[in-house]
Amino acid sequence: MLDDLRDLYQEVVFDHNRNPRNFRKMEDADRTVEGHNPLCGDRITLYLKLDDGRIADVSFQGQGCAISTASASLMTEIVKGKTIEEAEHLFEAFHQIVTGRDDDLKLEELGKLAVLAGVRQYPSRIKCATLPWHSLEAALKGEERPVSTE
Amino acid sequence: MTAAAAHTPSAYPLDRIRADFPALAQQVRGKPLVYLDNAASTQKPRQVIDTLADFYRHDFANIHRSVHTLGERATARYEAARETVRRFLNARRAEEIVFVRGTTEAINLVAQSWGRANLKEGDEILITAMEHHSNIVPWQLVCRQTGARLRVAPIDTHGELILEELAKRIGPRTRLVSVVHMSNALGTLNPVKEIVALAHARGIPVLLDGAQAVPHLPVDVQALDCDFYAFSGHKLYGPTGIGALYARHELLEAMPPWQGGGEMIRTVTFEETTYNDPPFKFEAGTPAIAEAVGLAAAIDYLEGIGWEAIAAHEHDLLEYATARAGEVPGLRLIGTAREKGAILSFTVDRVHPHDLGTFLDHYGIAVRAGHHCTMPVMDFFQVPATVRASFGIYNTRQEVDLLIDALKEIIEVFG
Repeated sequence: MLDDLRDLYQEVVFDHNRNPRNFRKMEDADRTVEGHNPLCGDRITLYLKLDDGRIADVSFQGQGCAISTASASLMTEIVKGKTIEEAEHLFEAFHQIVTGRDDDLKLEELGKLAVLAGVRQYPSRIKCATLPWHSLEAALKGEERPVSTE
Repeated sequence: MTAAAAHTPSAYPLDRIRADFPALAQQVRGKPLVYLDNAASTQKPRQVIDTLADFYRHDFANIHRSVHTLGERATARYEAARETVRRFLNARRAEEIVFVRGTTEAINLVAQSWGRANLKEGDEILITAMEHHSNIVPWQLVCRQTGARLRVAPIDTHGELILEELAKRIGPRTRLVSVVHMSNALGTLNPVKEIVALAHARGIPVLLDGAQAVPHLPVDVQALDCDFYAFSGHKLYGPTGIGALYARHELLEAMPPWQGGGEMIRTVTFEETTYNDPPFKFEAGTPAIAEAVGLAAAIDYLEGIGWEAIAAHEHDLLEYATARAGEVPGLRLIGTAREKGAILSFTVDRVHPHDLGTFLDHYGIAVRAGHHCTMPVMDFFQVPATVRASFGIYNTRQEVDLLIDALKEIIEVFG
């Protein structure tokens, strides 16, 4: 593989693209949000179940590129069991890292999510990584209308 | 003959053409640039770049109503450019050529000027299912303003227009048929002469969106017998911000202005304004003067190569690329019409078009990945997006090889 692509397309990304975690419909979800990136046609449906201020379960379905699929998959893994405040804090940190606003990268804080930090080098692809998170944020806030990256 | 020209039919001067395009001689991500995004916009030959620079260096001033030398020179160059476009489209007279920003503005001009004056509640505009958004949305806007309806003729799974279905939709309320000459997402070349004949048999005018067609084939508006023809300069190896609308003179004469300002008037008082004749009636404000001159240089350049030679070269590239695409596992061509321009639109199993686009860029290969401003076409083929490789006068069989080899490697990585 081309060396300079490895920063973005790490093995973790390929793994989560091939076998996305929590990729299923949730029949008894408390909240369901549709996310759409009209620029590239990516679509995600995010399902959320809350229990006393905690994310009891989260899953997704949809079609997207490797970056958005891996981002959604990693996101569901990491936020499951977290409180709403913790999830929102993660979103904030993730957003700052992929948009390149935070120069002293707090990568350890993000754990596995850090593999997506390389997307900051690809301005046209940042929205692929953030679409699942925008959908999650909307779900946490109880917004039912579709999320668009545009 | 050098390697780049080895497979090209007859004596097509491929090396000389490539040498005319400074942007092609660069490396992208450490690889020689392979520019296959020509349907979005083409690179510019030095003949166009130099014309723009020389014009600004020596002859630039605002045009028309100038009593000074530079103004007269610039006016002469601008009007000579109009004559070049007339010759290019074989229009009867230069007054039938309106300079606009591009195809999109040309269609909006017809929708807002001709459309608002001629459409009533219940009237119909007929388009096809393969139109670019710019031949959909202007009609939706004027439909909302007038109460007219937009009707759509379907396409088949090859991406060909179903001509009988189009004919069926031409009815007593049809006021205009507006069709793309060559599809930007599928490459399909539409049977525009037949479409014009069908519509004219019912006395209905036809607009042809020529944005993709003009870079690939000679267009003769008299032979096509169309009423409106629109194209953009930047897809024709010319500058951005300039294009042209051809319209039959009697239509232009009857059409009201769509933008007001300088140039488009004859006399102005606070009580009343009288309008200039076509085409000036439709060219309010200072136009893209240098860009018009640059467009003429692009047309001269292409005519220097010759349309027959260009068509043969691009046909060879398309045939070669289509054949080699068959070697790529999981590749599905979107758009397999019998009559096609040099566009290869496709998807690949398990690899999203945007991932392909990013990977190809790392091979120095520029393609487009997306919906190509044709969301209804994507919906029809049930794909979110496609990868589109589109070829131009300077592309080579070797570049096709690089694309195919890169695709094979990328698919392996994705597993």
